[in-house]
Amino acid sequence: MSKHYLAIEGVNKTFGTGNKATCVLKDVNLNIEKGEYISIIGHSGCGKSTVLNIVAGLLSASKGGVILDGKEVNSPGPDRSVVFQNHSLLPWLTVYENVALAVNKTFKKTKTAKQRHDWILRSLEMVHMSHALDKRPAEISGGMKQRVGIARALAMEPKVLLLDEPFGALDALTRAHLQDEVMKIQAEINSTIIMITHDVDEAVLLSDRIVMMTNGPEATIGEILTIDLPKPRNRIELADDPKYNRYRREVLRFLYEKQRKIEPLSSAKKSDSINAQSNSKAVNA
Amino acid sequence: MTASTQPNLRKLTPVVQPSVIVKIGKTMKPWGDSFIKNVLPALIVGAIFLLIWEWMTSSASATLPAPSKVISDTWELIVNPFYNHGGTDVGMGWQILASLERVAYGYTLAVIAGISLGVLVGQSTWAMRGLDPIFQILRTVPPLAWLPISLAAFQDSNPSAIFVIFITAIWPIIINTSVGIRNIPEDYRNVSRVLSLNGYEYFVKIMLPAAAPYIFTGLRIGIGLSWLAIVAAEMLIGGVGIGFFIWDAWNASMISDIVLALIYVGVVGFLLDRFIGFISTLVTRGTSAQ
Repeated sequence: MSKHYLAIEGVNKTFGTGNKATCVLKDVNLNIEKGEYISIIGHSGCGKSTVLNIVAGLLSASKGGVILDGKEVNSPGPDRSVVFQNHSLLPWLTVYENVALAVNKTFKKTKTAKQRHDWILRSLEMVHMSHALDKRPAEISGGMKQRVGIARALAMEPKVLLLDEPFGALDALTRAHLQDEVMKIQAEINSTIIMITHDVDEAVLLSDRIVMMTNGPEATIGEILTIDLPKPRNRIELADDPKYNRYRREVLRFLYEKQRKIEPLSSAKKSDSINAQSNSKAVNA
Repeated sequence: MTASTQPNLRKLTPVVQPSVIVKIGKTMKPWGDSFIKNVLPALIVGAIFLLIWEWMTSSASATLPAPSKVISDTWELIVNPFYNHGGTDVGMGWQILASLERVAYGYTLAVIAGISLGVLVGQSTWAMRGLDPIFQILRTVPPLAWLPISLAAFQDSNPSAIFVIFITAIWPIIINTSVGIRNIPEDYRNVSRVLSLNGYEYFVKIMLPAAAPYIFTGLRIGIGLSWLAIVAAEMLIGGVGIGFFIWDAWNASMISDIVLALIYVGVVGFLLDRFIGFISTLVTRGTSAQ
């Protein structure tokens, strides 16, 4: 048994079989402590979402496994709630009903109807959506939908909250607003969070540690950067903070120098191979 | 108290009345607009159609009755929709109700069986591979072609007619339901897996609402087809029903009766379609808004 709260141990993931098999993840190891905010960053297609889905239990690892609070994860469950990129609210339910579906299912036996009702309202209050209880998802903005998605996930009182590019589809201002809100909520309830992101600023601002992934196939964890900035963090103050900028630079360097994404263009490939040939000739000569 | 309310009332009365008038005027105006935009064109075209019909059938050698003659011939039928002289000699209201009853039985069975089979085919790839080819072949069989075989099976005309309705309406319901279920976004499945919904909860809370717009498309096509089929089927099986009424009128050379019956068939078919459409908008309010 692992002594860490959440342990991802030797996870490999292969999609397909035989000749078509592609190894997406290779030997991913990560230990996360209770109350930590972890960001996973990497170029698209590097298997970030696969890692998250394996932790969520939506995908199973080909090799290795995930242990949460002393128990192995092998199926999805309310102790690992997910906030999906495109909110995934059910459009035929109101805001209240969307959260109620999660709360009533998760706490059917442990809470009374009254307690559940209060808890739904409390969760929506936490993301400042109390004014739109009876609205349907189509009637509210993208940022509001994502707030409700976060409320639904939080309302299940998960051991670990999984955020799959939660702010990716939002405009920059709304995104900043929601990031602040997530920071506030995390400070309040000290939840353990794993967040997938493309956004360097978002990762540095929110995380305790940033997990940087190498490019796929056979992606794995390249580096882990610990963000030693005091919380609560303020995006305006941090803009001039040398430490913050150093962290930012380190992540950028990883993404754009060490793991520069090579676009798989056929012409680029050809010229690369020609260069390689001429190089090898030169070496031989 | 009274002293304070008295002046208020006096102040209010003259103000309230003009505003009420303005309000009525405002609500009346769009009504007039929509009448001009939506109803008037239909009235004008209908009137022109009737005039052309009247003009083309006005000569003595015309084989079909003019609209004026249709009305004078069938006036008794129009004003007495619910007379009952026994046998098949009953009012148009009874004839249509008899047909509607058959449609109600056949269609209800088709809805139950169609949605169940559609869910099965939509959910299970194996069931789809096995059943889909059969469905694709059987659905092209014309409704009336089923009548002889159902007469042979049931040995009775009424269940046979109901079976023809059933078998006509079921295909679009099956196919649309299964497409609806196949098109449920992966996200909704993931949500239900994260929430650990069980099979029944998934069916009621996610699958049915998510597939509802598709299911209702199938239901709407199904009701239209079953109304098409019943008229044809009743012509062959006899008994009380609008289809046999038309056939009977043809045998008795009462062409005006046929014209009247066709109008009734058209209006009832239209109302059935709108009825299912109305239920659909009630049920799928949220879903289709996405």
